[in-house]
Amino acid sequence: MTAVDTTTAPVSTTPATSRKPGERRFGAGRIAALVVLILMAVTWLLPFAWALVTSLKSEADAGATPISWLAPNGYTLEAYENVLGEGNIPVWAFNSLLSSVIITVLTIATCALAAYAFSRLDFAGRKWLFFVVIASIIIPPQVLIIPLFYQMLAFNMVDTYWGLILPQVVAPPMVFILKKFFDQIPIELEDAARVDGANRLRIFWTIVLPLSRPILSAVAIFVFIAAWNNFLWPFIIINDTSLMTLPVGLQTVKSAYGVQYAQNMAMALLAAAPLIILFLFFQRQIIKGIATTGFGGQ
Amino acid sequence: MSTSAVSNRAQGTGVALKDSRQSRRRTDNLVGWAFFAPFGLFFGLFLIWPILFGLYLSFTGTTLTGAGGDFVGFENYAEALGDADMWRSMLNTLWFTVLSTIPLVLIALIMALLVDLGLPGQWLWRLSFFMPFLLASTVVSLFWIWLFNPQLGLINDMLAPFGVEPIAWLQDPQWAMHGVVIATVWWTVGFNFLLYLAALQNIPEQQYEAASIDGAGKWRQLFSITIPQLAPTTALIVILQVLASLKIFDQVYQMTSGGPGGTTRTAVLYIFETGFTGYRFGYSAAISFVFFAVIILVSIIQIRITASRRPRS
Repeated sequence: MTAVDTTTAPVSTTPATSRKPGERRFGAGRIAALVVLILMAVTWLLPFAWALVTSLKSEADAGATPISWLAPNGYTLEAYENVLGEGNIPVWAFNSLLSSVIITVLTIATCALAAYAFSRLDFAGRKWLFFVVIASIIIPPQVLIIPLFYQMLAFNMVDTYWGLILPQVVAPPMVFILKKFFDQIPIELEDAARVDGANRLRIFWTIVLPLSRPILSAVAIFVFIAAWNNFLWPFIIINDTSLMTLPVGLQTVKSAYGVQYAQNMAMALLAAAPLIILFLFFQRQIIKGIATTGFGGQ
Repeated sequence: MSTSAVSNRAQGTGVALKDSRQSRRRTDNLVGWAFFAPFGLFFGLFLIWPILFGLYLSFTGTTLTGAGGDFVGFENYAEALGDADMWRSMLNTLWFTVLSTIPLVLIALIMALLVDLGLPGQWLWRLSFFMPFLLASTVVSLFWIWLFNPQLGLINDMLAPFGVEPIAWLQDPQWAMHGVVIATVWWTVGFNFLLYLAALQNIPEQQYEAASIDGAGKWRQLFSITIPQLAPTTALIVILQVLASLKIFDQVYQMTSGGPGGTTRTAVLYIFETGFTGYRFGYSAAISFVFFAVIILVSIIQIRITASRRPRS
């Protein structure tokens, strides 16, 4: 970076090693900025810390006044043992994982195929169809809950995995994002393969998809997180405790546990753990995925 | 495959390609629709059909059991327009949108500007600000119901040294909406922060270099380069945030159930209640479309504001 910068910007009087002029200097301004950042980060981490400490207390300590970060009766894993002992959390975690993975795979597969059609195949009705798909982005899914539930009753899909999964597969913004990416792939790469006699599906599979790995993983991350955390639809469609996802199950025990604060927090942290652990390992990819998908993806 | 090989082959078969254009057209039609079909199936079944069916339902008196499915014309809409609870839920929604959007954009911008300074601990800042976004709404609600607990909550405990009397955050009509807003800002600001951060890293360095040669200080650069350069990003973030805020349901349902006294009952919550507690599907569908109309109206206003600003910059 240093060498390139000094040659391309010879006028610059500040050291070229810094991204912006004066970046390396630790003046009063930067120390003030650092203090503000630390305060903000502490504020944002505080709810996690408080939940963690509460979950490690006995119920007696968690409900004692005045409140304290300390536990007079000692820290304990009791709350976690109780919560896990009831057996529902692993089932809900499995349901969340299963449904989110299926939703992600189906969404990527259907959206990528459709996006490729919109990007490369000159079929009749392409223009207006694309317009309809893009226009549908404005429809808030919340507006659909009543007719969709009624429809699921008719399909006999209430309280089933199908009813949980299928309506969550529709993601018009992802078609838009993927089409934009496919548009940028040089068409020459495909023409060569077509001359060789490869059909469209093979070209899509062997040329387009491998080139699109970054955008596909970005979309996958986005869809997976949204599905994993989705609340409204799973809450409406699932009543059977054994079919609930983590967010929905948590809502039902919240009222059941009432004043058992330590268990509430243990439950919340257990539910939060999978994605947070995933994030710690794949921070760079997840942040990149959210940033690239973000604008079109909400 | 090398580029020269590609162009050679393309040249050699140029004539053949032209000849087969017509038949290619036909196969393109077939293949195009085949590629679209899987998505189209889901799109039709779970988006287009429900929206049309919902529109139909809104003109009927349908209930959960399917009884009373008679066509009632505009009766549901007439009732909705005269329903004080419906209007109140729309106003609550707009109020939440205003209260939440401002901090969700401003705090995200401040976070991004500070992190972009390149201070040590980059991964820690990103982690702290973005981690809450990865939580399910139910986890967020559990956290904040506990933090806002009037007697045992950390928030009141931290405010006590400043002489603040204990506040019943989620039970007091004056504070409930603010409580929901605070929890929401904590939860989702990280998303806007990431979008701002990505945009900041795209501002060309030369602009800053040129400005510092001209003697512009850091603050001057912030207001004459950074903020104007971020304008398109800000416009997009505001539009997306307003749309997201208008759809609020999870937090109010979980933290306050719309209470106390309906002060946090938002539009989607009211749709949910009339549908799944009152079992009035037809009426609930009608309110859904009134809400949809509000969303479209707000979107049009926003797009007009953004469009009218663009030529000046």
